Amino acid sequence: MISYVIRRLLLAVPILFGVTVINYFIIQLAPGSPADLYITPDATPESQELLRQQMGLDKPIIVQYWKWLTQLLHGNLGVSYGSGQAVSTLIGQRVGPTLTLMVTALVVAYLVAIPLGIVAARHKNKPTDYGIVGASFLGISVPHFFLGLALIYVFAVVLKWVPPGGLRTIGRGGGFVDQVRHLILPVIVLSAGIAGNMIRYVRASMVDAMGQDYIRTARAKGLGAWTVVSKHGLRNALIPIITIIGMDVAALVSGAVVTEQVFQWPGLGQLAINAISQRDYAVLMGVNLLAAVAIVVVNICTDVAYGLVDPRISYS
Amino acid sequence: MAEKLLEVKDLNVEFRTDRGVLAAVEDVSFVVEQGQTLCLVGESGCGKSVTSLTLMGLLASNARVKGTLDFGGTDLATLSEDKRRAVRGNDIAMVFQEPMTSLNPVLKIGDQLMEGPRLHLGLDKQAARELAVEMLTKVGIPRPEAVLGEYPHQLSGGMRQRVMIAIALSCVPKLLIADEPTTALDVTIQAQILELMRELSRDSNTAVILITHDLGVVAEMADHVVMMYAGQVVEQTDVMTLFATPLHPYTVGLMASIPRVEAPADTRLESIPGVVPSLADMPAGCRFHTRCAFATAKCVAEQPALVEVVPGHSVRCHLFEPGSTTPNPEALA
Repeated sequence: MISYVIRRLLLAVPILFGVTVINYFIIQLAPGSPADLYITPDATPESQELLRQQMGLDKPIIVQYWKWLTQLLHGNLGVSYGSGQAVSTLIGQRVGPTLTLMVTALVVAYLVAIPLGIVAARHKNKPTDYGIVGASFLGISVPHFFLGLALIYVFAVVLKWVPPGGLRTIGRGGGFVDQVRHLILPVIVLSAGIAGNMIRYVRASMVDAMGQDYIRTARAKGLGAWTVVSKHGLRNALIPIITIIGMDVAALVSGAVVTEQVFQWPGLGQLAINAISQRDYAVLMGVNLLAAVAIVVVNICTDVAYGLVDPRISYS
Repeated sequence: MAEKLLEVKDLNVEFRTDRGVLAAVEDVSFVVEQGQTLCLVGESGCGKSVTSLTLMGLLASNARVKGTLDFGGTDLATLSEDKRRAVRGNDIAMVFQEPMTSLNPVLKIGDQLMEGPRLHLGLDKQAARELAVEMLTKVGIPRPEAVLGEYPHQLSGGMRQRVMIAIALSCVPKLLIADEPTTALDVTIQAQILELMRELSRDSNTAVILITHDLGVVAEMADHVVMMYAGQVVEQTDVMTLFATPLHPYTVGLMASIPRVEAPADTRLESIPGVVPSLADMPAGCRFHTRCAFATAKCVAEQPALVEVVPGHSVRCHLFEPGSTTPNPEALA
């Protein structure tokens, strides 16, 4: 098992290298340049060229990439063109809010989705099932920006139950209750999509598991309906679900771009959006690299989890 | 004569489906005596598995059951689900056809073996564990202690079926239902499993309903035989009588299709022409008439009743109804 994980980690190195190459060159394809931020309307072509030289943007892309890569290997993600702050500092400030938002959304989504998926499977092709599956489709289909704006309008603007956005109330201490109040709407928006997706997977997986011969065996033992479902059905049904959980967790780290924007949530998604609009390549590369690392690590964790949950899988 | 354990009377099972109501089992009646083995014989789709699942109360929710299932004085068919569950795995246990898929792949053998006794016999973990080791030893599994901690995929098909038998017998049921327990196994393993079932049921005076389509197994195991065709009982008697004087043309056809070692090498294997009619499309009259060499106009028009032609030997065929003159049983055999 340990040698398997080490092998997977070694394999991750070329993958991550490839990701940085592709990202770096794709970013360069976008029109505009980081230098545009500093160019005043009356700047002469000479002063523009001087600025580009100072920022190192006059060199070939390969040279720029090499400089970025050697910095990275020294543990330095570079400096933001926009703010002059270290990229690692910027990301560090944003990771906390993003993880708070995403972990809460995932937990809420799963707490809702897994029981509903099981209930839907138990009432397959009955009104309860249709209702749950219909609701899950709604959760998947409603765009985040729309649901977000609708919720802000109803609950923040009209009813004034919760704040319309931000991490905490500015100027006041921002205690725990205050932060939770700020979390409610963005968590609802994010978990609607995650839960909608998860319900459908849990339902399908559970329907499949409950049709298996070993469920008949369990029932033939005279076990109660709950034991049959939870001990014999659910454990088997959750095996394929691990993949979906892995995908959700990987998506979590890079932040929710649209939702963070709608709710002015100071997370990684917002950082990435700002970096794109400012052509702040260093920040964008940092966020992308973080997402790539997260996906690689989560994939390894998913495979290890399979081995732990399903005794038929072994990595020796 | 042994005491009556189970009496199935006028059992009818219907399934409501998209294609309408399908009758899977019609007017099936039989008696199982304590410690005896009854074989339910027939082709796929003749209703033998549905009959056994009815006894267990494990039918799908679209099934409708009529008739009485008198098990030691209580009618199983009218019991509440809770009371039914107390019988399942306790007084009536079942071994299924597919040992490869009938055990839960993510639970240890020990876990799956101890569940029943802990539930029905109220054993604590330690006692259940001891019983599990004892049961595995009884079914001939080497190193039982170690197997308790193993998962089903680590065992062969034959070993898994032994585990299934151990699970079924661990609460000392009065009745064991075995639905084609050896069909999925190698021929050499089949004989071992059958021998094991016979031995253990004899030791604990457990009655067995053995479902099979293999007449060799019937000859080996049965005390009583119920032949089923298209959801109905077509012939019913003790095993000696059945093999000595089979009456129903279907039984006769099945017997004729057994390959014989002493026959010349170029002998063609006998077969019954045609296939079992589907539930949705049953022929009128006798259900076997489309495949029967002796079918008459009466067979096409009128359904025969199950009649006891000799004491202890019933058959559903116009040829043997009182007053019928042709042909006699010997001519058929």
